[in-house]
Formats: sequence, structure tokens, C-alpha cells
Amino acid sequence: MEVLLRNMKVNQKGKVTKINCEGEVCRRIRDIGISVGAEIFVTGRAPLYDPVALKVNDTVVTLRNSEADNIYVEVKG
Amino acid sequence: MSALKAVLAGNPNSGKTTLFNLIAGTHYKVANYPGVTVEKKEAKVHYEGNEIILTDLPGTYSLTAYSLEEVVARDFITTTNPDIIVDVVDASNLERNLYLAVQLMELDKPLVLALNMIDMAEKRNIRVNAELLSEKLGVPVVKTIARDGVGKKDLLEGILKFKAEGRKFRISYGSDLDPALEEMEEIITENAFLTESYPARWTALKYLENDAEVMKKGEAFTDVHSRLSAIVERVEKHLKRTLDTYPETIIADYRYGYLKSVLKDVVKKENETERLYLSDKADRLLTNRVLGPVIMIAVLYGLYEFTFWASETPVGWLESFFGWLGGVADAALPEGLLKSLVISGIIDGVGGVLGFAPLILFMFFIIAILEDTGYMTRIAYMLDRVFRAFGLQGSSVVPYIVAGGIAGGCAIPGVMAARTIKGTKERLLTILTAPFMACGAKLPVYALLIAAFWPGSKGGLMLGITLASWLLALIMAKLLGMTIVKGDNSVFIMELPPYRIPTLKGLLFHAWEKTWMYVRKAGTFILAVSVILWALMTFPGMGEERAAYYEDLIAQVESTVTDEDAQAEAIAEIENLAAAEELRGSYAGMIGTSMEPVSKLAGFDWRTNIAVIAGIAAKEVVVSTLGTAYSLGEVDVEEFAPLSERLANDPDWSKATALALIVFTMMYAPCFVTMVVIVKETGSRKWGAFTLFGYTIIAFIAAAITYNIASLM
Ligand SMILES: Nc1nc2c(ncn2[C@@H]2O[C@H](COP(=O)(O)OP(=O)(O)O)[C@@H](O)[C@H]2O)c(=O)[nH]1
Repeated sequence: MEVLLRNMKVNQKGKVTKINCEGEVCRRIRDIGISVGAEIFVTGRAPLYDPVALKVNDTVVTLRNSEADNIYVEVKG
Repeated sequence: MSALKAVLAGNPNSGKTTLFNLIAGTHYKVANYPGVTVEKKEAKVHYEGNEIILTDLPGTYSLTAYSLEEVVARDFITTTNPDIIVDVVDASNLERNLYLAVQLMELDKPLVLALNMIDMAEKRNIRVNAELLSEKLGVPVVKTIARDGVGKKDLLEGILKFKAEGRKFRISYGSDLDPALEEMEEIITENAFLTESYPARWTALKYLENDAEVMKKGEAFTDVHSRLSAIVERVEKHLKRTLDTYPETIIADYRYGYLKSVLKDVVKKENETERLYLSDKADRLLTNRVLGPVIMIAVLYGLYEFTFWASETPVGWLESFFGWLGGVADAALPEGLLKSLVISGIIDGVGGVLGFAPLILFMFFIIAILEDTGYMTRIAYMLDRVFRAFGLQGSSVVPYIVAGGIAGGCAIPGVMAARTIKGTKERLLTILTAPFMACGAKLPVYALLIAAFWPGSKGGLMLGITLASWLLALIMAKLLGMTIVKGDNSVFIMELPPYRIPTLKGLLFHAWEKTWMYVRKAGTFILAVSVILWALMTFPGMGEERAAYYEDLIAQVESTVTDEDAQAEAIAEIENLAAAEELRGSYAGMIGTSMEPVSKLAGFDWRTNIAVIAGIAAKEVVVSTLGTAYSLGEVDVEEFAPLSERLANDPDWSKATALALIVFTMMYAPCFVTMVVIVKETGSRKWGAFTLFGYTIIAFIAAAITYNIASLM
């Protein structure tokens, strides 16, 4: 099932299928190591639910929900 | 033989700074890259008869034109033409670290990889085959553990050995882009278009990536520029139609694809994505949605208490030292203007600011702890949502705290700390609002007024003022962001590095570096301003007649009062009266008096006027100036008891006046040095002038409103 990163729950795992945008936001997403095909694992959410923290390539990175909206993830079930 | 030029590049948190210090030791120069506020460290290293000039590039993830650091890094490489690039990569996160390496390699300069943190990778069961990596990428690889000093010699040898080995490095960008790239390369090479700076293929890629910097440079050559742009447009249209995507997406995907294939045999991982390390487990608690904020407040408060506790004694020492220095000058110099200049102008002015150096040192020590452990990024992460509501971002919390968010900081390093903020708009807003915080120099002012009018509730009111300062800063940020500070809010994507136990050496090093910057400023700007202020408060001086009058009085006392103590006291009283009269007649006094008709709206008389004007030099001067103006002679900033009594009993003063002055102090122009730093950091005089005039006017209006409302109650 393909979902938006925004809608993933803490402790959920998945594989990035698409990063769809142009310009700075997506450039930064890729620069930090989130690429198509990368395995990600949502490790936490900030007190007000936003930003989201996730693990990719053994590194924890955080992004805002508005930025996570460009990232599609294939999750199980 | 001329010196070898080497540059150090790499991701943030890859251990670049540690490696630089390992190679360079402590002998290096810190400057800024030309025209920007990005710090540049440079060291001369001697190794086996060779001289190597090592320059530390800013830590970046990429080489795009989106951030200042990245533009600086790539411009430095392309304009200074180094003999070799040393790219520090974190072995435990090779894929992302090599993403930068690929972009560096595309610059066709000699490059050596420093494969750092291999200990960390091994601990995580990540095994990297360095030889294979070197073979597949076609660049030399040296293993290092920068923190433990491992690999220094190998790296230096690598630098010497591989300096000349530049090579053409190219990867395929797929059937959609490769033909276009070739076509563009040909046009670029034929016309020698920007080729003195960049390799042809690199320029072509940058055109496809829509790189604003490179395209701006290219515009000068209208013909080639438009031919390239036409190709780019064609490719863009094609991609949009067939794949619904953009060239830069394809470029990034191919780079990562290339790296994935390179790393497949190079890296052996025995772990799962969801495996939690100790650091991740700590985060489950420390950034927990409920407990996280509670722990954060406790940590910040604890550190704040520690700073004040620890710096109390050294601040006392410095005070005694400057007191002693004043005494020496007093004894050594003849009465007169020179003596007054040395003591009141130079020693008191500079001493008042340098006296805070220990506090600043401890502040920076604390901040170094927060930064080096990795906790600072967690604070930014937890607070981002709140800050965003005011047009800022999570990272703004650092400058706020440094500037006095936990009372006692200093706006100067606070404004400088805003450098770490990525978004231009957020950065500017943070710089402009951080000075509202309750910095260490405003504290004596608040303390004085509280002691005079609300003696029972010191702790509570201080806390209240601190919170009010936060609220003020946030609201002002919001207002400025909606009105005069233009631009888009930017991206907030950040890495949470693993928690680390900092080394004492590293902490002291960071703290000292920043404190020294502060001390240097105090020694130059503050000195100049102190002298000017002294002159304003001294000249034109008392008329001879009045001076003679006071001398007469003293002579009378000396001849009539026999009790020694009583005599000294009476003489001091007269001298104080004389000082007050002299001050009122000085240029500063005249200015203060001429402003009274307006300032009375907020309940400020001429003395307060001079005090707040003088406070622009340094806020703690408000207290000492009030002291002088209230004819108490020298008032020690730390001992305001008599002055507070004086204010409490003065019919001109009321709680309303005190409240108005608190409001005014909180809001009006930052101190002089802060304004200089604001101008430097924003690169524009406009913002310095805005904080001086704009804030003072706003502050006055707020103070007048406060005064009038409070007077009614
Ligand atoms: N385990 C380990 N830690 C390292 C190594 N090199 C640096 N560090 C630590 O990594 C952290 C970040 O290093 P720093 O040099 O500040 O990174 P920079 O952001 O790239 O400049 C510091 O706490 C260092 O002590 C290494 O080789 N192994």
C-alpha cells in the first residue's frame, strides 16, 4: 500500500517510492539521504505531532509534515 | 617549493572539525569567506618538508545554490583551484556522505576520501571494504578515526601522494538526460563557456538542475546561454510529458542509484532499519511527546542555575581586579581630565563589559555541552511547531537562549548563533528579535528597579520579565515577518546526530573560541564608545565659579567638622552634589533635559534619559549612569542597594515609572556592539538603523502606555 509519509505512524516501516517535487524542498530531502528506494522507519513525532523523525541509512532525520507531503512510501498492510 | 593547497569538505557531523583540529592542531586562523559571514578556518601544516595549507570548507550535504554554505564551498574550490580535496565521509552513513562526494568528483579535481568514524560503523555491525570502495569510485580512500587521532599520518601521506591525480569522473544520468548532456557539453567546450571555472559537464548538469548561481553567470554570454536554456527547456517538457518529473529529480535518482550499486558489495550490514541503538532509545524518552518538554525545561533551568553559580566567583575576581586597577590609576595619575578619562571612561567602561566575560564563558560552555551532545537539535525538533507559528523555526531557539532566553545571556553571541539557521527569512527574523531577551547586562537594570519597588518578589518578577521577553520576541518576529521582512518561509529538514559524550577539551575549545571573540569586541568598540560617552558626560564642565563654590564648601567642612568619619561623609556628600550638577550641565545632561517634555509622557526625567541613552553603549551602564545622576557618585553595578532606596524615596519615581522603564529597557535599541554585529550578520546597515530608531520609538510608545495605565491604578 502506498501512503504519504505524513500519514505514517510511529514505529511504521516502509520503502520510499516517489519524491515528487521540484526546487529547494525536494533537493533538501534528497541531500539528507532520503532517496527513492530507501528504507525508512518512523522513530517519533514532536510534541505537537509535527515535525516527524525518521530513520534512513542508520541516521535519524526530521522533517515537517508539509515537507513529508512530497514523499510517497510503500508500507505493508 | 610552493605550499600545497588542500581543502577539507564533508557533511555536517561527519567529524570534519575534529579531523581539521587533528591535522592542524590549535594553530589556525579564523576569518570569513570574502563578503559573507561563513566562517573560514585555515592552517599551515608542515609534513616531511612540505608545507600544506589546509582550508576547512563549510559542512554541506550537497553543492547546490540553495544555501550560502554550499555556494561558498563550491566557489572556493572552483576559484582557488586547490591541489587536492579531502572529503570526510562518515562510514556509518556512506550513501548520503558519498552523495556529496559524487558532486565533488564531478568537479574533476584531485580528491581523497577520508573514511571517518570506522569505529562507529563497526560498532553498528557495518563493515566497509575500503579497498573495494576505492577501486569502484576510482579515488584513493584513507581510513580515519578522527576522535582518537587515528589515520592522521596516512591522510597526510595521501594528500602528498595523490595531489596531482585529477581525473574525469562521469556517471550516466540515463537515456533521457545523457544525450542532452552530451549536446550541451559540446556547445560549452566549443565556446569555452565558463570553462575557466567549471568542467563542461558540470555546467551542463547545473543548467539542467536550474542552478540560479551558475545560470546568472552564464547570462552574460547571451548566445550560449540561450542555446543551453533551449535544450533544458526541451528536456523539461519531455520529462514532464512522459514521466511527470523534473530533470533534477532524475539527476538525484541516478546519483543515488549509482551509489547504491557501488555500495552493494562494499558495505556489509548486519542490521535492520528499525534496529534501535542506545541513542535512539534515549530519544524515545528525551523527545517523548509528554516527557520530552518537561525534561527539556528541567535541563535548561538546571544549566542556567549552574552558569550563574559557577561564574559568580570569577566575576567577583574580575570586579576586584578592575577596582584595584582603578585604585592604581587613581594613585598614579594627577587629578584632572586625564585621570577622569582613564578611570571613568576606560577602566569603568571596558571593565563593566569585561567583567561579564566569565559569565559569557560559562554560557558558551553550556551551549557547547548542548551542541556537542546533540541535545540542541532535539530542542529545535521539539520546539519547531511552536516557533513556526511565529514565522521562525526550531533552530531559532539557540540564538534566543544564547541572547538571554534563560536570563543572563548576551545578544552579541546570540545574533551570531543565528548563522546556523538555514532559511534566510527565519534567520533575519531571529537576528532582529533575539536582542529582546533578558541579557546579562539588562539584569542589573531589572534588579535595581525590582529591589526599589517590589523588594519582596525578586525571583517571581525576574521570571516574569524573562517570560515577557520571550513573548515580546516571538510577537515581534510575527509582526516583522508579516510586514517588513520579506521572503518565503523555508525548509526545515535536519539531522538528529546520535547522542555523544563530549570531550572536555572540545567543550573548552568551543567556549574559549567564542568568548575570545566577545572579549576582542569589548576591547575595541566598547573602548571607543566609553570614551565618547565619558566626553559627553564630562564636557563642557562646571563653570569656575561653581567649582570654587564647592571647593569653598569642602574647605569649610574641613575646618569646622572635627570628627573624621563625619567629615569624610560630609565631603563625599558635597562631591556627589557637585558631580550631579556637573552632569546636568554636561552635553549629555543638556540632551537629557531637552528631551524631558517628551520623555515625561513615560515618566522619565532627564536623569533617566541620559541613563537610557548611555545604555546604548552597554545596558549595564544604565545603572551606573543613574547612580551618577542621583549624586551617589560611583555606583557599583552589583551593589545597587543605596540607589534603589534613593529611587524608592524619590517623589519623581513611582511603581508606574519603574514599570515603564522596565518595558522600555526590554524593548529599546540593542546595545551598540549588538547593532554592529547585526549590521555585519545581515550585511545591511538598514537593519542596524531599524533596531536603533524603530525599536526605540516602539519602546517609547509602549513605555508611555504602560506608565499612563499604571498611574491610573
Ligand atoms: N566515534 C567517532 N566519533 C567521532 C569521530 N570523528 C569525530 N567524532 C565525533 O563526532 C562528533 C561530530 O564531530 P565534528 O568534528 O564536530 O563534526 P562536523 O560537524 O563534521 O565538524 C564529535 O562529537 C566528535 O567527537 C570518529 O572517527 N569516531
